[in-house]
Amino acid sequence: MDRASDASLKSYAGVGGFVASRRHPAFAWIGVILVALVLIALPFALATIGTAWVRITNLAILFVFLALGLNIVVGFAGLLDLGYIAFYAVGAYVYALLASPHFNLHLPFWAILPLGAAVACMFGVLLGAPTLKLRGDYLAIVTLGFGEIIRIFLNNLSQPVNITNGPQGVTLIDPFRIGTINFRNTDTFAGLAFTGPIKYYYLLLVVLVVVIVINLRLQDSRIGRAWEAIREDEVAARAMGINTRNMKLLAFAMGASFGGIAGGMFSAMQGFISPESFILVESIMVLAMVVLGGMGNIWGVILGALLLSFAPEVLRYTVEPVQRAMFGRMLVEPEVIRMLLFGFALVLMMLFRPAGILPSATRKRELEGGRTNGVQGAAPR
Amino acid sequence: MTTTSALPAESPGASLLVGEGISKRFGGVQALADVSFDIRRGEIYGLIGPNGAGKTTLFNVLTGIYAPDGGRFTFDGQPLGGQKPNDVAARGIARTFQNIRLFANLSALENVMIGRHVRTRAGVFGAMLRNARTLAEERDIERRSYELLDYVGVAARANDLARHLPYGDQRRLEIARALATDPKLLALDEPAAGMNATETASLSKLLRAIREGGTTILLIEHDMKLVMSLCDRVLVLDYGKKIAEGVAADVQKDPAVVAAYLGGDVALHLKGT
Amino acid sequence: MDIFLQQLINGLTLGSVYAIVALGYTMVYGIIQLINFAHGEVVMIGAMVAYSVIVALAGASAPLPPLAIVLLGALVAVPVCMAVGFTLERVAYRPLRKAPRLAPLITAIGLSIILQHLAMIIWSRNPLPYPQVVQSVSYHITDTPNGATITNVQIAIIVVSVAMMAGLTALVYRTKLGIAMRATAQNQAVAGLMGIDINRVIALTFVIAGGLGSVAGVMVGSYYGVAHYQMGFLLGLKAFSAAVLGGIGNLAGAMLGGILLGLIEALGAGYVGDFTNLCHLASWSDALAKRCETDPNVVLFGSNYQDVFAFIVLILVLVFRPSGLLGERVSDRA
Repeated sequence: MDRASDASLKSYAGVGGFVASRRHPAFAWIGVILVALVLIALPFALATIGTAWVRITNLAILFVFLALGLNIVVGFAGLLDLGYIAFYAVGAYVYALLASPHFNLHLPFWAILPLGAAVACMFGVLLGAPTLKLRGDYLAIVTLGFGEIIRIFLNNLSQPVNITNGPQGVTLIDPFRIGTINFRNTDTFAGLAFTGPIKYYYLLLVVLVVVIVINLRLQDSRIGRAWEAIREDEVAARAMGINTRNMKLLAFAMGASFGGIAGGMFSAMQGFISPESFILVESIMVLAMVVLGGMGNIWGVILGALLLSFAPEVLRYTVEPVQRAMFGRMLVEPEVIRMLLFGFALVLMMLFRPAGILPSATRKRELEGGRTNGVQGAAPR
Repeated sequence: MTTTSALPAESPGASLLVGEGISKRFGGVQALADVSFDIRRGEIYGLIGPNGAGKTTLFNVLTGIYAPDGGRFTFDGQPLGGQKPNDVAARGIARTFQNIRLFANLSALENVMIGRHVRTRAGVFGAMLRNARTLAEERDIERRSYELLDYVGVAARANDLARHLPYGDQRRLEIARALATDPKLLALDEPAAGMNATETASLSKLLRAIREGGTTILLIEHDMKLVMSLCDRVLVLDYGKKIAEGVAADVQKDPAVVAAYLGGDVALHLKGT
Repeated sequence: MDIFLQQLINGLTLGSVYAIVALGYTMVYGIIQLINFAHGEVVMIGAMVAYSVIVALAGASAPLPPLAIVLLGALVAVPVCMAVGFTLERVAYRPLRKAPRLAPLITAIGLSIILQHLAMIIWSRNPLPYPQVVQSVSYHITDTPNGATITNVQIAIIVVSVAMMAGLTALVYRTKLGIAMRATAQNQAVAGLMGIDINRVIALTFVIAGGLGSVAGVMVGSYYGVAHYQMGFLLGLKAFSAAVLGGIGNLAGAMLGGILLGLIEALGAGYVGDFTNLCHLASWSDALAKRCETDPNVVLFGSNYQDVFAFIVLILVLVFRPSGLLGERVSDRA
């Protein structure tokens, strides 16, 4: 029995649908093709309702990247990070500063994105090196503080030398350019109108597939197992020769890199960024996507990200007319209702389904079964 | 009582692990006081003593969980000290725990596969690219892990969660996981605790087989029958001090040892008769 | 010297408030090893409730004396916050007592969000101005005309804080309840076996913390003259940093940490501009010298970085001295 590839197939098969299993690989592939077709046709379907929906979808995909990146930190390695948005911010600003009129630099995106990832990675290592030894909730607070520090610096680095342009942010950021295709304009091809957002959508889709594959492979690898071991019992993991400090740092660095790349793409897509996009509530939102979706389970995390990204938009379209119909006016804004529902979702999920909507098997066992049968260790201290 | 070996380091019978003057104190408690010992390659070496004598503390100091306050270790000819637990494992000392520390929510097979971590090399890029070398290594890890599970007799439960295994199998699994690190010295902390006579005999057989395979074993145990039948030589600790070291049969008769276990009066009485 | 004294006074006042809020964090942490993320929101609710009461009373046709108004505001706020604290514990923390740490942390974040937005709905999304019912009176400390002053509000805050710290210390170290709390903090299981009703003790801890927080809220509202639905977050974070600085789980530590952090923040904000004024280095660079001719304040880190101090203190403490100045370890053993 080839366990390693078996697990991969099961993971891949998740895409194919509920019937997929290693006994019926044909079903898995049919499922995959169906999903692929839907995804390819999606933007044009959405465009008929309104181009805004394509943009919303693009942002949702970016959040999927963020959630998957944070999943490496929180889900795989079990480290609490409440300031993850800082890496997103770093990646976004690196791109913005190197591809806009601000410093009058216009480097191509394929050069800047890896640079953004590298800078974010470096920040991840800088943050992680002294703090990863801290216990769970303390690490959470420290990372929160770090996220806030980054935001405050971004907001204030306009004096005495203007680096980030402070609260006004950076505007007129270059869009991506591949050869002659400019991602800002609309090109027509085969009778279809490829607007800017639609082009970004396909690019994001390709990157998404790569990111998912990377995540699946990481999970089912020597490194992934080491992370699982650390999560289960750090003392035992160390005794078995795993350099837990480096492994944790690696998780942090990888998560940060994902964030950095997503940030760069965000910059290009929006054309404008400011510190306002990188506030604490965004970090909490990404963490919620991971936790509510199903920590450690890649598909759960994707589901969580999509749900929490689309929900506010859906709310916006329904809450207002409903309130007007019921009360004659808007009592509570959609944004406030969204946050209230979000808060309740967090509390209720933790009380009743802490492993998430689509829990990873191991996490479910950890959270609901607890440790039993004498395996609860207590190394003498 | 202790003799340092005059034989060259590589041959059986030469010293594998030498501890000289190991001391450790915790606040007001002197857990270990100037403990010296010498474990020879290929032997099964027992570590016994009443509860609280410092046996597990010695393990923890050896494997890097605590730093000793004094003394030093020499392992396989090289100094060993101040290392972190993962470095100690890389050097070739693997241990099990008194209270069993398995990865409870992972399968038995995964537990052993994690043991292979320290002897394998695939990193992040190998994981992401799944190149030929990584795939070959993964296959090898899996094969080796199955072999080890089979060796200790737990192969039938390879895919069961560690915490669902019966107690005896959990102990064996922990041994398999430790063996997966290809250790030169296997340090077992009360592997027979909670086992009945049949299970203990079975464990004894396994440990002998491990020794035949070339691994030196250091064993903390309370089961005297097991210790006497299995161990070549034995170190006795009491209140952190070494009170005897030598061949098991001799140590058993040593009045200091008897006094430690049974009280001074009994020892005097034995001596008198 | 006057600037220093003034910042010292401001720092002591600020620090007293931090100390009271930090006590709330440290008490809860000491007893159930949980960072009560929502505590800042309890403080905010205290400020808001008092605000409503004060506004109502101040606008009445026959207003009571100002001191009475403020006291009544506090008196109403205290039981409300105690009730909030009790509810939080009962509904959200007690069921998760055995869960891994992540669960109560996420719950606390969720509660924090809920409370903030409920406050936004009930009161307003805009900052609410505290009516200045009590006339602010400044007392000069030094003889110079623009010298350091201390206002009656500041004095009141410091005095009330000291009184509450003393009261809490007496409670914890001289009463039966206090012993029960300390026992539960040391070892919950055994305390229960010894006949202590740990559910009650833990609930009471949250209630007391809520009470402390409400008074802090009133103090902050009166001192800064404004209450806002988001005021709890930053204040809470800073107070938590103070608790960690002093040693989390340790009452004296929270008090010490609070005062210290207040001083660091006030003095820091006051002087960091001076310390990082690049014009001091104007002789090194012509371009700099030129710029300093027109603008003598080329400051690298100004007082706008004030909020960062607390975070930096937090990170530094946890990295270099995790046990804080007086307290317990917070890192996993090597």
